[in-house]
Amino acid sequence: MKLTLKIWRQEDANAKGKMVTYPIDGIEGDMSFLEMLDVLNEGLVAKGEEPVEFDHDCREGICGTCSLQINGEPHGPDRLVTTCQLHMRKFNDGDTIVIEPFRAKAFPVIKDLVVDRTSFDRIQQAGGYVSVNTSGNTIDANSIPVNKHDADESFNAATCIGCGACVAACKNASAMLFTSAKVSQYALLPQGQVEATERVQNMVRQMDLEGFGNCSNTGACEIECPKGISLENIARMNREYMSATSKG
Amino acid sequence: MGGLIKSSVAKKFAMALSGLFLVLFLAQHFTINITSVISPDLFNEFSHFMGTNFVVQAILQPVLIFGVVFHFVMGFILEAHNRSARAVSYVSYKGNANSSWMSRNMIYSGLVVLAFLGLHFYDFWVPELVHKYVESHPADATRYYEETVAKFESPVRTGLYVIAFIFLMLHLLHGFSSSFQSIGWNNKYSKGLRGFTVAYAIIIPLGFIFIALYHYINNL
Repeated sequence: MKLTLKIWRQEDANAKGKMVTYPIDGIEGDMSFLEMLDVLNEGLVAKGEEPVEFDHDCREGICGTCSLQINGEPHGPDRLVTTCQLHMRKFNDGDTIVIEPFRAKAFPVIKDLVVDRTSFDRIQQAGGYVSVNTSGNTIDANSIPVNKHDADESFNAATCIGCGACVAACKNASAMLFTSAKVSQYALLPQGQVEATERVQNMVRQMDLEGFGNCSNTGACEIECPKGISLENIARMNREYMSATSKG
Repeated sequence: MGGLIKSSVAKKFAMALSGLFLVLFLAQHFTINITSVISPDLFNEFSHFMGTNFVVQAILQPVLIFGVVFHFVMGFILEAHNRSARAVSYVSYKGNANSSWMSRNMIYSGLVVLAFLGLHFYDFWVPELVHKYVESHPADATRYYEETVAKFESPVRTGLYVIAFIFLMLHLLHGFSSSFQSIGWNNKYSKGLRGFTVAYAIIIPLGFIFIALYHYINNL
């Protein structure tokens, strides 16, 4: 497969970036998108050029490290997969592929296609946890009965891998799908009730402080999310937030 | 309280509530307007009541004006903030792969509706204020039908009304159902509710277009 890649190159966080065109040949349909970039980088290194920097880790679709805006969509044209699980058979011989970093003020570019997503970490640190006293008298979590529907919904919310595709897809660069998934995963469980009021308020406050946009319910985040996190979580977070605020 | 006012969730909640209020107002406005097609006397009677009733004039009208102003000012504030949240634009952004045109262009459909409101005020509200408070005419319960129908003699004005209501339809097709999501309503009834909101978003603007065209054709 012969392709033309148009890739965002940026020396560092302060440099002005630009799109650079790279022709590439010998790409197999069974390769993952990241393996295709590996081939490109091997060629660049062999020529003495700087390889294209991009984020990756598990390459199994579970760690949330890989990103990339591919032909205008986060994680590319396939659904419910991350970039590392996107196969080149989704493209055709002769295609031009535009590859950019996830764009948001809260996701500044570090280099080339690598962006700083620690804003998500700070939202998580603001309340995405359950405080448990583990000194001696810990109660087994399984001893507390949980409604099956709530357990399933909570689990679904917890499958969010925090990759940032929701922010990248949203025309407003809103992080509400991510934040709402992290709020929901605890809001639905009895263990999460103790800190429920502070959690949603603190996480929304941190989300706003990071400079993400507002949700305008376009639904783009849900469609592009590699884990299929539902918009129901955003509605739940809105309810939780207004309810928590009315309690003071 | 300061945190609540600054919060993105609270702003969207307020935006949704003001939108739902305006949707209710639209139904009331349409109900009165459609009587102009059915019976001029009935239309005059409703219009006279709305134009002279103390509760409508002194309480409901200011609330409505506040609702309209709040909705578009908050719309501009949210839009400005949303644009600043992505400082560098994508070279390639395939919005139509994951969202509707209506949902991505609420600011533009809203701006057309706002421009229409200017025309609508110029056509009806300003002359009504002049009639009542500047020229101080005595109350006349029979003048409304003729005054209204006369506005639709112009093909340009009628055309502008039709275009504005098409944009209102596009605005409502996303905005009405989106309001429920913003106030936290997303459950097993949402699918049925969405059907209702889509039907409403199409029928009400089409009804207004029908009224404008009916009077234009009648004037020929």
